Amino acid sequence: MAAGAVVVVVTRLLTLFILFCSVAQAAVLPQDRADLMYHAYQGGGVSIDGPAVMLRKKAGQSVSLSAYYYVDTVSGASVDVQATASAYTEEREEKRVGIDYLAGNSIVSLNYAQSDENDYNAKSVSFAIAHDTFGGMTTLSLEAGLGDDEVGRNGDESFSESLKRYNYKLGWTQVLTDRWIAALNVQVDLDEGFLNNPYRSVRYLNTNESRGYSYQAEVYPNTRNTVAIALVNKFYLPYRAAVSVNLRHYQDSWDIRAFDAEVEYVHPLSQQWVLEAKMRWYSQGQANFYRDLFDYANQQNFMARDKELSEFNNITLGLGASYMLPVWGAWPEAKPELTLQWDHIRFNYKNFRNVTVVDASAGLEPLYRLEANVIRAFFSLYF
Amino acid sequence: MKMILRPYCVSKPAVLASVLLMLSGCASVEPWVKPYERDKLADPIMAFGRHPVALQHVAHVRDSREAAKGANGSGGGGCGCN
Repeated sequence: MAAGAVVVVVTRLLTLFILFCSVAQAAVLPQDRADLMYHAYQGGGVSIDGPAVMLRKKAGQSVSLSAYYYVDTVSGASVDVQATASAYTEEREEKRVGIDYLAGNSIVSLNYAQSDENDYNAKSVSFAIAHDTFGGMTTLSLEAGLGDDEVGRNGDESFSESLKRYNYKLGWTQVLTDRWIAALNVQVDLDEGFLNNPYRSVRYLNTNESRGYSYQAEVYPNTRNTVAIALVNKFYLPYRAAVSVNLRHYQDSWDIRAFDAEVEYVHPLSQQWVLEAKMRWYSQGQANFYRDLFDYANQQNFMARDKELSEFNNITLGLGASYMLPVWGAWPEAKPELTLQWDHIRFNYKNFRNVTVVDASAGLEPLYRLEANVIRAFFSLYF
Repeated sequence: MKMILRPYCVSKPAVLASVLLMLSGCASVEPWVKPYERDKLADPIMAFGRHPVALQHVAHVRDSREAAKGANGSGGGGCGCN
């Protein structure tokens, strides 16, 4: 497998780099903390909300344990569901556990994740190693993950498909000056199995229908190979504030190319208040087997009309505020903090049309647009 | 006269030697930002992923609606500040 060979080469280079550049400098385990969050997403006729809990605690000097529990409750009907089905409600639960082991200037991590819905179950395990070197100015990291998904379809007990996911990540974090730190990350994903959404359909021209088109099940390839490269830069400004600039390029074997750029500004107002603002721009091209309206049934061996595979862009504006609460008398070491974040996202689809507009000819419906608001409110305890 | 362009070939030993030369260069370069100069990098506002629980949600919202995925975050640490 080509990606496997890449990982072998990268591992050897990493080993060489460590051998030549090591300077004794201990790595540090993440800080102990607990987070309790409420999250909500509203947009495109869909509401998703629920709680999330994250806990991280050291066990001795060399081990840090982490756990994460997250619930999505989905209700409503997206434009896809409105076209071919009725509104629905469902729940997804996600659980993660992890262990980080500190050995000198390296941290070895093992993580397990599981996600359960009534029609989709996913399990994954990942192994990572991060190594601090060059006087603590450089961190090199390597991660490999394996996922095993089971795909079902509500109302069809006989439907059962599987999906295997493999991913490899390589990271290089570098201190460049006393105010500038940068990170370069590369990730390769290999997916094999059932990659369709079992509920979605493609539409094709059919003059026998009054609306001018009919639907048939979409057909995806069984493999998808992806690569993403990201560059993150974080700067400390002349006054106490930070700016980060993130750039990412993505492309895959379905011919989708995407690029996103994000700028975030963090500004402490006082010992208690920290404000943050961000802006992100994302743009992607379409998959080579995507079309909004096919000319006839079974026109191609692979056919998709998922708006996630269409050509579109989106822009996100985000604001946030954190407030450090007074220390509790009974537990003076713990620092409690409240944070509220709000993101507003606008999606502009370039070749995905809104078929819920019924007074337009097939293929001439207005292009679909979507606005979404995302809220995260969470309580953090650092201890 | 017709010019024939040959693909640029480099032997494996040459590649290895180049890599070793580049890497061995690291041994002679001293870390230029000393630990006592990293107070600003150690400020919590400079951390990659200040709020991990929020980052998980942001990634989930994006991955569900965009084709692109991966290469988020950083390898952590890097500043040796603590």
